[in-house]
Amino acid sequence: MRQYEVTFIVDPVLSDEEIKSTLQTYQEMLTNEGCKIVHTEEMGLKQLAYPIKRRNSGVYYCIEFQLEAPSFLDKLELSLRRDERVMRFLTISLDKFGVKYNEDKRNGLIGKKRTEDEKGSDAKKSEPKKVVADEKEVVKKVVAAKQVLEAVKESDSAASQEEE
Amino acid sequence: MASRDDIKFLSNPKIGQKRDKYCRFKRFGIKHIDYKDPDFLLQFVNEQGKLLPRRITGNSLKYQRKIATAVKRARHLAMLPYLTDQLK
Repeated sequence: MRQYEVTFIVDPVLSDEEIKSTLQTYQEMLTNEGCKIVHTEEMGLKQLAYPIKRRNSGVYYCIEFQLEAPSFLDKLELSLRRDERVMRFLTISLDKFGVKYNEDKRNGLIGKKRTEDEKGSDAKKSEPKKVVADEKEVVKKVVAAKQVLEAVKESDSAASQEEE
Repeated sequence: MASRDDIKFLSNPKIGQKRDKYCRFKRFGIKHIDYKDPDFLLQFVNEQGKLLPRRITGNSLKYQRKIATAVKRARHLAMLPYLTDQLK
């Protein structure tokens, strides 16, 4: 039993439903195979560092799962490769440190620009305050992200229309 | 007659001394390097997006290798550029 992680970028021009259904397709595919999905991270719309398929942004998803038979990874990668909605993907197997890191990250122990030793002690002390602040930040971020998303979609769809 | 403690140096004697380099991963016990965190990986590349050598970052060989793979993974996922100018 090993833990794997697959990260993929979905085309941002698609509608919200299509983007979500892309994620669901792979989630179902994994559960049908008998995998245990540990966590699904929606990293949201991000700017790409370089254009892929003439797109300057992409919707990032990351699925972490446990798998018995590694041969299934070939099938998964093949279907990802054939899927036109997916622009880029990366599958990696996690070692024990990676598994622990992801767990800590989910529990909010890992913050930016802080070392692991500090994280453990500081997180416990200032937990209640942080949560409130985080929620406000998250709301702000979500609003900002939505605006960006709409703007990008408009520009991207305009670009694709011009190409056609 | 001024004692030795009263003597003020004309220039800061610490200038020109070597600063000790260390491997931050070993010192702070970081075992795993996340390829999905481009802001962190930015510390290990130069303005053109190239990996910095160990003699500058001070990383141990073990973690320099891990950084190299993490940066390459981040590049594949378009979180870091393959080639650029004025990254920082």
